[in-house]
Amino acid sequence: MTTPSRLPEPYGHSSGANLADILERVLDKGIVIAGDIRINLLDIELLTIKLRLIVASVDKAKEMGIDWWEDDPALSSGARRKELARENAELRERLAQLEPDRTRTREEEAS
Amino acid sequence: MSGLRYVYAICRPLGAPLQSQLTGVAGDPPRLLNHHGLIAVVSHVPERDFAEKPLREHLEDLDWLTATARAHQGVIDALTVVTTPLPLRLGTVFRDDSGLRTMMEEREDYFRRTLDRLEGRVEWGVKVYTEPEPETEPAASGDGRPGQKAASGRDYLRQRRQSVRAHEDKWQQAEQFASRLHERLSAYAEDSRLHAPQNPALSGVSGRNVLNAAYLVSRAHSEEFVELVDRTKGEVPGMRVELTGPWAAYSFATEFTGEGNR
Repeated sequence: MTTPSRLPEPYGHSSGANLADILERVLDKGIVIAGDIRINLLDIELLTIKLRLIVASVDKAKEMGIDWWEDDPALSSGARRKELARENAELRERLAQLEPDRTRTREEEAS
Repeated sequence: MSGLRYVYAICRPLGAPLQSQLTGVAGDPPRLLNHHGLIAVVSHVPERDFAEKPLREHLEDLDWLTATARAHQGVIDALTVVTTPLPLRLGTVFRDDSGLRTMMEEREDYFRRTLDRLEGRVEWGVKVYTEPEPETEPAASGDGRPGQKAASGRDYLRQRRQSVRAHEDKWQQAEQFASRLHERLSAYAEDSRLHAPQNPALSGVSGRNVLNAAYLVSRAHSEEFVELVDRTKGEVPGMRVELTGPWAAYSFATEFTGEGNR
């Protein structure tokens, strides 16, 4: 191996890296360039779902903090949707406070 | 048909040859494509796996993804030994060399600027974990009488409170240690990034990840940096410090956004 002498010996080759370290970098860091083949890594939400299947249940997964992809709006379109939904709910609530009568009537109409 | 072009990285002409037995993505050894003095490191990959539809499908396949990610990282790693590569994100694919050359030409300034910025620097990953605790056993708090049956409802609540408090103390301690360490390492490094904590199912590592950070350090200072990290190991009981690297400067490849995180 041609490890430059400056680098400490045992650390010549990304030592100690686990799969999460590698995926984190190759999927999430590094330069994004739109190639001719257009794939969007943001779309691979299913990956998260699969990871969840590895552990016992969704609740267990949540407990283990397995949602590091899905809660990052930059990484997951699901998170972006959630963000929008949250914002939407917040705005509705505020609107309801501002215009209690009107919102109520509209809700009544809707139901 | 010679297939599609999978691009790993952009770098300057190599001063030393790449490790000879390197196989890249799809088993194709990485090749160097020189354009205007910049090098694109590419593999020729088959359309049946890397055209849009199959690639999208493959990315949902954890085994395929793992193998590809390791191959990608393997090439970046080998490059890091001989040069300072700009790693591209996994799955950057062009139809042919000419498409790739066009892209390189369009981004020439950006590549040169970023290569200058990162020249001679590597990334070190530092993670802090709290050592796993027997959290699964209820009411087993640090100093209390572990496992002792509560005599009354009030006793039970008291034990429960103690256990919660012990847990919170431990957390506070972990956070303090992590932020102190991050401060110390940031002061030494040229730049730093905080990443989201890793989930244990994917990393397969025990304990809870309380710090997941990347530090940009010149090769010349890497040895000292590693020693600095090593000295913190075992400094505080119950905390585990893990070092990975040297990596290509993955976390610093995109221009500074001002936010600095994620």
